[in-house]
Amino acid sequence: MQLRFEKRLHQSKIMLLAAPFIAIALSVVLSCILLVVLKKPILLTFHSFFIAPFENFYSITEIFLKFGPLLLIAQALAVGFRAKIWNIGAEGQMVIGAIAASAVPVYFVDSTSGWLLPAMIVLGALGGMAWAAIAAFLRTQFNANEILVTLMLTSIALQLLYFLLLGPWKDPMGFNFPQTVMFQDEALFPALFSGVRLNVSIIFPILFTIAVWLFMEKHYGGYKLVVGGLAPSAAGYAGFSSKKAVWGSLLLAGFAAGIAGMSEVAGPIGQLQRSMTSGYGYSAIIVAYLGALNPIGIVFAAFFLAVLHIGGDVALVSAGLPISAVHIFQGMILIFYLSAYAFVNYRLRVVQPVTQPDSAVSS
Amino acid sequence: MPSVEPVSADSEPLLSLRNITKAYPSVVANDSINLDVHAGSIHAILGENGAGKSTLMKLAYGVVEPDSGEILWRNKPVDLRSTAAARKLGIGMVFQHFSLFETLSVVENISLTMPGSRKKLARRIAQVGADYDLHVDPAASVHSLSVGERQRVEIIRCLMQDLKLLILDEPTSVLPPQHVSSLFAALRKLRDNGVAILFISHKLEEIRALCDSATILRGGKVAATVNPNEKTAHELATLMIGHDIPQVEARANQVDLNKPLLELSAVSVKSSDPFGTDLKNINLSVHAGEIVGVAGVSGNGQQELSRLISGEHVETSAAFDCIRMMDKPVTYLGAVDRRQLGFAFVPEERLGRGAVPPMSLSKNSLLTASDKGMHRKGFLNKPRMDEFTQHCIKEFDVRCGGVEAEATSLSGGNLQKFIVGRELSLQPKLLFLSQPTWGVDIGAATAIRQRLLDLRDAGVAILVISEELEELFEITDRVYVIRSGTLSPSLVTSDVTPNDIGKYMIGEQQQASVTGGSHAT
Repeated sequence: MQLRFEKRLHQSKIMLLAAPFIAIALSVVLSCILLVVLKKPILLTFHSFFIAPFENFYSITEIFLKFGPLLLIAQALAVGFRAKIWNIGAEGQMVIGAIAASAVPVYFVDSTSGWLLPAMIVLGALGGMAWAAIAAFLRTQFNANEILVTLMLTSIALQLLYFLLLGPWKDPMGFNFPQTVMFQDEALFPALFSGVRLNVSIIFPILFTIAVWLFMEKHYGGYKLVVGGLAPSAAGYAGFSSKKAVWGSLLLAGFAAGIAGMSEVAGPIGQLQRSMTSGYGYSAIIVAYLGALNPIGIVFAAFFLAVLHIGGDVALVSAGLPISAVHIFQGMILIFYLSAYAFVNYRLRVVQPVTQPDSAVSS
Repeated sequence: MPSVEPVSADSEPLLSLRNITKAYPSVVANDSINLDVHAGSIHAILGENGAGKSTLMKLAYGVVEPDSGEILWRNKPVDLRSTAAARKLGIGMVFQHFSLFETLSVVENISLTMPGSRKKLARRIAQVGADYDLHVDPAASVHSLSVGERQRVEIIRCLMQDLKLLILDEPTSVLPPQHVSSLFAALRKLRDNGVAILFISHKLEEIRALCDSATILRGGKVAATVNPNEKTAHELATLMIGHDIPQVEARANQVDLNKPLLELSAVSVKSSDPFGTDLKNINLSVHAGEIVGVAGVSGNGQQELSRLISGEHVETSAAFDCIRMMDKPVTYLGAVDRRQLGFAFVPEERLGRGAVPPMSLSKNSLLTASDKGMHRKGFLNKPRMDEFTQHCIKEFDVRCGGVEAEATSLSGGNLQKFIVGRELSLQPKLLFLSQPTWGVDIGAATAIRQRLLDLRDAGVAILVISEELEELFEITDRVYVIRSGTLSPSLVTSDVTPNDIGKYMIGEQQQASVTGGSHAT
């Protein structure tokens, strides 16, 4: 008997739906093993991760606070991934968006104008797009690999952030902490309910999701991008511009990441500081894949990862787990998902060898 | 030298396949195949594309293993689980795509699989070459050899082992007509020395000329085993496709010489691919109401020419006016703009270029027919897409599971019919097809050719790149021959013979040395 890994004739729709659940299940099993080895309480840990986040209203609003930026960035990244344009630097685009938006309250400290917030939104979007445009330009002009360029631009963006926070933009009254002034109320999104951090910026990811769904499912532009990803020669034959696809998907991701970065500094954080991204730019890559690059799947995936983030915070306190536990769990989900996804296009088959007569010539 | 023991053809079979079945996920490629090959005979495997010929050969050469059934060698069961096992028995195979390293010399290539010093091997290569009229210079680099010479190297490599059975996969498909006869002479000599030859082809005339027996495959099963000399080509074809072959009706046509719809004047293109062919000083014209062919052995610049005309490659260094379509300069225009002028193109690769494999036919219509009202302000008009696709399916007899069927689920011939149908539904003034009937069954190929003739009569200008000379002779009014990126002068098809075309394919100046049988560089 022999096992053979062979290509399926058609994609398996069942596997496509089952893959994220298989990935989560396997990650849970492996986590249990890790917890046992580390001598941490298993039940308490899983309670912290999956039950505790839903136990009170505040905690639920916190889930949606994380859900917003993850959803926004993941939707945009998925568009690019379907066109096989690998922007993994949403983190950097988010940082630049936040920096660009923060310039307004930093330089107009005393302003109470109603235009503060709109100006920040526009600058945040433009900042993220400008950072992504560098990668698009280098790719279309010199065929520089966008994976490397976007990744390295993230490092540059972070250094720029640190420079501003330690130098020109440092809060003069801030006891030398690397952060800007706290923004005035006019530069912050109003909260949805009193006493919670969840604010009106949650509307951006929701509107963006609808727009992306329409674009990818119902629009000629989305079709062109998908053709470029699935069959580049067919896109060339049809005359779809690959340069436009690179520019379009990178600018879209820059736009989304910029808005997400802006929403963080003008939302829960209220100032520009070092850890303002919370790693959303990277987590969004996992969200995009866990959602099978499908606009609707991504909504669920973003929610799941948001729960995981909140649960990680709870587990930090209640089960004494290190914060890296969340990252390990996220990493496991991605690895298992990608492995399970292989079975969407391939299958294992048991092969019975042909009966071998005695006089066989050995090879 | 092969050790040859003269055996008469009616003794026990050398290789026998008994009830061999091999299934792939999508298709049963071989279904209970029985086959006997005798020493000293040339046995043809005849069948359309997809009939299971290649799978059968791979089974005989140990490339794939059968799911069930038995392979006998001199009436004893053998286990052919690798090509090494097959070679050990004395089986050699020449694939359609050669397995030679282009940067190495002939003797270096052969020394990779044969023991012995290069000097000794070179002597043996020359000896075998002389014995069978398969002349090659052992010291020549493979990249400098013509396709025919490379094929000789492959055959010599097989002959240098103790060869009992030689398998040839469509050996003539890559050869100009002149080289076919010298190949056949060598094969007959091999047969007379007692070697069994399995000869795979879909060309009926050459099987009748060369082979002693023929197994005809249809849909993975043996349709008949016959003596091809006793059958007419028509009878063989009927056995091969299972019903009578349709005929293309040719009619006299009216060419409007005042209306060139495609003109290339002195275009030169440097290939972006380091192994590609540069186009040199191409002059070509196609008028309304005529079909113009481009003949040539593959790899002589056909790819580059087709990308240049389709607009997939825009040559920015060329003069503004050197490519004209419908009397407008299009040199700097991309594929979309050329299509809007009334140009349509059927590329040679169906999956991945002419169609997006995992997408539905309906979405594949959108690839080039988006201007047929398929979107309004960018938003897709699904009913219109489906209607257009349904029309293509019905009009061109595309066998498929409906407008939502994925392109990959269609057979090669049906997908080609769909793509041709889609492009014709654009109602082009200028139609360009590259290898329009490659891998397409006879019925579909005839239907496509008939369509082209009808379109020509309706005043469409048609350009066809094809390696099938018979096809070009059947439908074209004029032909050009492409060789090393240069185009021959225009030839009127009815005034030339396949041999004349062949001269251009191999370059006239080499004519003398080729007919002399010696090697040409």
